[in-house]
Amino acid sequence: MSIHAPEAGWLRAPGGGERLWIGLALAWCVILSLAMPYWHFKGKQNSTGEAYRVTAGEFMERVNRFVAAYQVGEEKGVPIVEPPPGSDAYLQASMWRWHPILKLKEGQTYRIHVSSTDLQHGFGLLPMNMNFQILPGYDHVLTITPTSKGEFSIVCNEFCGIGHHLMTGKILVD
Amino acid sequence: MSTISAGVGATPIPIPVDSRPVKGNHPPGMSRTCDTTGLPVCLTAERFIKLNAVAAVVFLLVGAVAALLLALTRWPAVHLLDTVWYYRILTAHGLNMLIFWIIFMEIGILYFACTSLLGSRLAAKGFVVASFALMLSGALLTNWAVFFTGKADVLLTSYVPLQAHPAFYAGILLFAVGALLGVIAFFTTLYVAKRDRTYEGSVPLVTFGATAAAIIAVVTILHGAIALIPAFTWSLGWTGVPDAGWYRIAWWGLGHQSQQINVTAMVSVWYLLGTLSVGAKPLNQAVCRGAFVLYILFINLASAHHILVDPGVGASWKIWNTSYAMYLAVLASLIHGFTVPASVEVAMRKKGHRKGLFGWLFKAPWKNPGFSAFFLSLLIFGFIGGITGVTLGTQQINIIAHNTLRIPGHFHATVVGGTSLAFMGLCYYVVPLIFRREYPMRWLARLQPYLFGGGILLLSMGMSFAGSYGVPRRHWDVEFSGAQFAAGFDAGAHLMLGILGVGGVIAFLGLLVFILQTVWAVFLGQKIENRPMTPW
Repeated sequence: MSIHAPEAGWLRAPGGGERLWIGLALAWCVILSLAMPYWHFKGKQNSTGEAYRVTAGEFMERVNRFVAAYQVGEEKGVPIVEPPPGSDAYLQASMWRWHPILKLKEGQTYRIHVSSTDLQHGFGLLPMNMNFQILPGYDHVLTITPTSKGEFSIVCNEFCGIGHHLMTGKILVD
Repeated sequence: MSTISAGVGATPIPIPVDSRPVKGNHPPGMSRTCDTTGLPVCLTAERFIKLNAVAAVVFLLVGAVAALLLALTRWPAVHLLDTVWYYRILTAHGLNMLIFWIIFMEIGILYFACTSLLGSRLAAKGFVVASFALMLSGALLTNWAVFFTGKADVLLTSYVPLQAHPAFYAGILLFAVGALLGVIAFFTTLYVAKRDRTYEGSVPLVTFGATAAAIIAVVTILHGAIALIPAFTWSLGWTGVPDAGWYRIAWWGLGHQSQQINVTAMVSVWYLLGTLSVGAKPLNQAVCRGAFVLYILFINLASAHHILVDPGVGASWKIWNTSYAMYLAVLASLIHGFTVPASVEVAMRKKGHRKGLFGWLFKAPWKNPGFSAFFLSLLIFGFIGGITGVTLGTQQINIIAHNTLRIPGHFHATVVGGTSLAFMGLCYYVVPLIFRREYPMRWLARLQPYLFGGGILLLSMGMSFAGSYGVPRRHWDVEFSGAQFAAGFDAGAHLMLGILGVGGVIAFLGLLVFILQTVWAVFLGQKIENRPMTPW
């Protein structure tokens, strides 16, 4: 019984079906453990966590320089910015907006620097459904290559105060 | 001196065996013998098990009302609460369910496992009293901060630099110190029972599992202190703002690890309910105990799953923490997932239910809510909670799941359909055996685990599938109405959110039946004196 002291000699190797099950379970666990590094090197979508220390002031300054250099338009007062293919782009998360709108080219690779200037935010790209954590003090570098054209939404999926649901942005790919 | 055998085929190793007689250490008049199980009951432990159970159910009620309001807000066709109250109620729901209800129950379980099962008195009574007082005042203080200051809408995680009223952190810290004192009383009692030789040989399996839970609890509480003390001093203006990334790592050492206390306590309760309901006996205790040891050693690594798409921790850290030892904790769950139902099968076959492969399962006491809650908990935890958990812990899949409703879809299957349902099953024995009262309207109690388990299953599936469209968790309005740039989801996601809502309402009804029945039984139920409880 589980509620009484076990009989003497309980410390023994398992046998029968129990032994077989433990063997199968262990083998499956080993396969899954090996699959983790395999998927990382074989797969095309990873979160590398590349990040650099940055203060809110420094980051806003970089965003402003980036917007001034590559702005190509404006929508609802938000600048649309088209960085040269293969270059660095900047995206600022703050209560409650994503700034600016990025315009990217299909098949080109960009290093997108994302940081928050206030609370923690969550970068949620729709309808692709790709999600990354955005923290104040961390310049989070997402190396991405758009593989389809269109207009994508960015929403915030980390609670950031009562205007959380108002925090949306855009990425355009052509 | 005598010897015990150390394994199959091994030469017996001489182990010195204590030959003093076994006897209880209860002071006169401070114990009774249970008329149903024959186990000794320490009256001090009994009083504090009662107090913990009552407090647990009161906080469960607060959390349950919050749960209903949240389900009716996430159901887009209803969208009940306004934005401020949605986040306030969400904060209260997480705290009252995940911390207060569950940990009050767990401290009660520890007191039971170290006294009745070992034939011992509860030691360190001062700690036990202080533990309950601190836990209760901490839980009340945090609830006060959430509901009455209007400055603690920070959700359970209180991610810095989101700042709460100091009373929010102070309450959680008081509660944690209280829980730690309860755990210390548990360890002290283990020592006193061993010293006084109140039992012979090794501790029973349920006590062993409870010990594993208590060890994980100590590690968890230390992580909680590392995360929350700097947040508390910062909220008072004494120190600077803690680093956001560092806070997350420390907080999840508390947040995920506390779920491992729940898993370990729940598995112990499975073994206990298996014994109480069908007389189940583990096939090989070395296997069951070894699996508990795997939990202690490796389960804390699951905390890393919350950091998989964070900046600041590199790819090799992520690969390391998602691969190697995480699977040794999964192995432990796979082992319990075999040994628990196997012990039920063996017990049922011994009773003569031998027809076919699954005859034992069909003949199981499905009308006994202690059994059905336990077995449904096993199924929901294993098949929904466990599989989703392992999936979400994959580095790549985490990118499409992080901060979406898939995450609460997973943990409502583990901690609600698993732990809470198992603890409800436990109450169907705690009330007759410890409070010595019968449940009223037994047909309703028989129905309750199915109602609650079914509701949680729907809720969890609705959440998981909505999350697979990218619907965020902890989000008041997935229509994003009023936002500068339109965003939203298609009809499929809305259907899933509707299923979430319906499941939430059904689960709430199941929970309400449980709470009303239990409160009625405790205060007005038929008394059980000098006779065994009426079998379920």
